[in-house]
Amino acid sequence: MIGLDHFSLSLNGKPVLRDVTFHPRPGELTALCGPNGAGKTSMLRALAGLVPNAVRPDPRKVAYLAQNPGAAWGLAVERIVALGRIPHGPRADDAAIVTKAMLRCGVEGLRHARIDRISGGEARRAMLARVFATEPETFLLDEPTADLDPAASHAILRLLRDVAEEGAAVVAVLHTAELAVDYAHRVILIDQGRVVADLPADRALDRAAALFGMRTVTGPRLVPPS
Amino acid sequence: MTISNQHRRDIGLLALLVLGAIGASMLIGDGFIGPAAPEILIAIRLPRMLLAVLVGAALGLSGAALQGALRNGLADPGLLGVTPAAGLGAMIAFYWGISARFAPALPAGGLIGSSLGLLVLSRLSGRLPSGPSLILAGVALSALSGALMTFVLTLAPNPFALAEITFWLLGGLEDRTMGHVALAAPPILTGMILLLRLGPGLDALTLGEDTAATLGQPPARTLRVAALGCALAAGASAAVAGGIGFVGLAVPHLLRPWFGERPSDLLLPSALGGAMLLLLADMLARTAPLVLPLSGSPPLGALTALLGAPMLVRVVRRMGAP
Repeated sequence: MIGLDHFSLSLNGKPVLRDVTFHPRPGELTALCGPNGAGKTSMLRALAGLVPNAVRPDPRKVAYLAQNPGAAWGLAVERIVALGRIPHGPRADDAAIVTKAMLRCGVEGLRHARIDRISGGEARRAMLARVFATEPETFLLDEPTADLDPAASHAILRLLRDVAEEGAAVVAVLHTAELAVDYAHRVILIDQGRVVADLPADRALDRAAALFGMRTVTGPRLVPPS
Repeated sequence: MTISNQHRRDIGLLALLVLGAIGASMLIGDGFIGPAAPEILIAIRLPRMLLAVLVGAALGLSGAALQGALRNGLADPGLLGVTPAAGLGAMIAFYWGISARFAPALPAGGLIGSSLGLLVLSRLSGRLPSGPSLILAGVALSALSGALMTFVLTLAPNPFALAEITFWLLGGLEDRTMGHVALAAPPILTGMILLLRLGPGLDALTLGEDTAATLGQPPARTLRVAALGCALAAGASAAVAGGIGFVGLAVPHLLRPWFGERPSDLLLPSALGGAMLLLLADMLARTAPLVLPLSGSPPLGALTALLGAPMLVRVVRRMGAP
């Protein structure tokens, strides 16, 4: 299992992560929350082995979705999703696994559409399906709900929670604390490169409010139909 | 997958077209069409045909690999500065009159130039090359080679040497022997094998350098192998055939509408397409004096562009359409 133990990181002489200890647990969706520049993305990249001195995990077991996943070429959605199979080398069941990943992320109908000719939200789901196609033990996702409308955001978080409950460890950077609290099992609050709280989601909202300098209110809000 | 069957069939079709062009190329002489005496076939047309296939394939494949590795449709072997470095090496061999006494010195000088160019390139682009640093290092190497070439040109011993150097820089395949083939084939084939094995690394880079790394395909390794393969394949090509431009840039673009945009799907087709384009251009070079009032064959480098540019314009015009 991957994780960070007392991990510190400086980029260009500026401390980005300070003494961070965090281990994703199987069966849990963990949300990383914090203000802009707190170190959420750096922490996720450290887990993915993308920063100096970090351990590079087994690419078959850990899959990573970047914050701004773009494609250099106009590949069909199914080709994009199939890129997630690269770590496993060619296998007979690749096509079936790719189709399953597309179905789960709701992009099966876009199979033959070019990634550069669909909407931002559809492209984001196609990129997520690429991560699913790796069938990893650990998902590392940087803002998987960016570009998505509220209904789609809820649907994706629901999906991530389900995957976690099937046994995977899912870590997602989320910029909306409310969504984190609604769907995550565990919330990590980060500020100035430090983990300031690591707690169950139902107790996270007040701490998050304090961190962001905001307050909590009750009132009507948008939720998916039950 | 059914798609890969289709892909294999298309590659087979392209290979058949190349075989047809090879046959036609053996039937066309310098200003003369038809079968020739066996000694002419073997001594003159065979090396010329083999070099057109080798050089065309090397340039097309180098272009496809570099465009994939740098995620940029403007990349071609000339961009990395390897071709200018080969030109500089050949020119120096020429200038000091080494090639006058020992003919293979010209292509050998080209090979030494491209190898030194690769060394400079890897020093300039740093320990962990990334796309932009490699491109900038290539531009620096091109500028340096170009400046030194101009410098050597001004020192040219006589106007005749100047003309010959200029003609070499335009590229061509006439008067090449099996000696040239023997000199160029090992580095070209080695480079091509390196490039053909890059498929998964190039595909992973489609999603950016970070994502490629997490897919188990470190981008620095892919870029390094791509640069080495191109230096060998395109450098050796420039060493024996001079500066033939446009093939590396245009062939992958011409094939994308047919083979799709996945980098690994374009490697082998681009090698075949490059061979095809160069065979056609060389046949045109040999037959042009038959129909046009020319004193000699037009330079091959000009003909590849003359043939390829209209095709490329067609592809570009379609790109904008939904």
